[in-house]
Amino acid sequence: MAGFGGGRLPAMGPAALLLFALCTVGTRGLYFHIGETEKRCFIEEIPDETMVIGNYRTQMWDKQKEVFLPSTPGLGMHVEVKDPDGKVVLSRQYGSEGRFTFTSHTPGDHQICLHSNSTRMALFAGGKLRVHLNIQVGEHANNYPEIAAKDKLTELQLRARQLLDQVEQIQKEQDYQRYREERFRLTSESTNQRVLWWSIAQTVILILTGIWQMRHLKSFFEAKKLV
Amino acid sequence: MPRPGSAQRWASAVGRWGCRLLALLLLLLLLLVPGPGGASEITFELPDNAKQCFYEDIAQGTKCTLEFQVITGGHYDVDCRLEDPDGKVLYKEMKKQYDSFTFTASKNGTYKFCFSNEFSTFTHKTVYFDFQVGEDPPLFPSENRVSALTQMESACVSIHEALKSVIDYQTHFRLREAQGRSRAEDLNTRVAYCSLGWEVQEHGANIW
Repeated sequence: MAGFGGGRLPAMGPAALLLFALCTVGTRGLYFHIGETEKRCFIEEIPDETMVIGNYRTQMWDKQKEVFLPSTPGLGMHVEVKDPDGKVVLSRQYGSEGRFTFTSHTPGDHQICLHSNSTRMALFAGGKLRVHLNIQVGEHANNYPEIAAKDKLTELQLRARQLLDQVEQIQKEQDYQRYREERFRLTSESTNQRVLWWSIAQTVILILTGIWQMRHLKSFFEAKKLV
Repeated sequence: MPRPGSAQRWASAVGRWGCRLLALLLLLLLLLVPGPGGASEITFELPDNAKQCFYEDIAQGTKCTLEFQVITGGHYDVDCRLEDPDGKVLYKEMKKQYDSFTFTASKNGTYKFCFSNEFSTFTHKTVYFDFQVGEDPPLFPSENRVSALTQMESACVSIHEALKSVIDYQTHFRLREAQGRSRAEDLNTRVAYCSLGWEVQEHGANIW
């Protein structure tokens, strides 16, 4: 991208480079590579009633040109979202570029899984896919310019709205914290109970085994006429 | 007086060069203007003997921070490696539970960071990372305004920054608590199985 300043440019050079730059500007964000049948899962631990928006963009590796194509129609990605209880919240097929949204109804670990479902398997065979992914949770998912336009808010009102959303997210997270702490406490108390019952049972069984052994030995010695 | 033919040629040549210059100027602007920046916060599962890499295109001069923490699995450690576009290693740590690394991008290009669980034979890990590139995008697109912010607006900005750090601390607290909770749940199941196993083994031998 950098380092072309200087030297003669071909006739199509600037236009092609401009197009390339525009493409790279549009794809700014984190990306990773996945194989053909590979499934990548991401976990979002969120409180309840929280909105999650995910945006992804896929690019296919072109073996001949040894470059990632800017966009490939026919590529599909299957997105599956599971809630903490394992129930499927969202399971949909999207195109090579997609946006998925869901709102959590139970607090906890939600799992977002992506795998490719390409219709052009011949081209894709043995290749790899570049996936640009962006997941926004809670108040990061809000589009403030859109909200300002829709509700006709002034600048100050919009800033106040942003602060209100942030505080709401903090409150939800704290409620979730209380729920987690309760679960943790129940688990610890259950472990405590189990250890307690285990040691009591161990003692009782030892005593009983001891009594039984003594009786058995006594009858054994009596039978052998040693006592 | 130039002939009409050569004037046309001259005009078309000027037009072509004008277009090229305009395209060049726009390209330079796109390259030089720093991107809006942003943060990516992702939690993923890293299977045993696996390595997962993430890439991001960063402009020169952008200040970036990579923060990661291992949430569940084994000894809660992972190898992390961050490379610049030339392959030079900027950050490399083995078997770390939690770390935070800030750097300023010295050149344009694709930066790559990888998490590796190749040293582990059977525990898979859950890793959380937060990669902050540049500053968060401003609330208003036309942030480079002529007038300065009013007192109310700058108060709102400082409250926003403070709340962002509250949310950040909450996230770290939640991750630490998740670590403790996963250990407690493991212990709970282990106590159940181990106690049964012990009883059978000890008294089985006794009775036999």
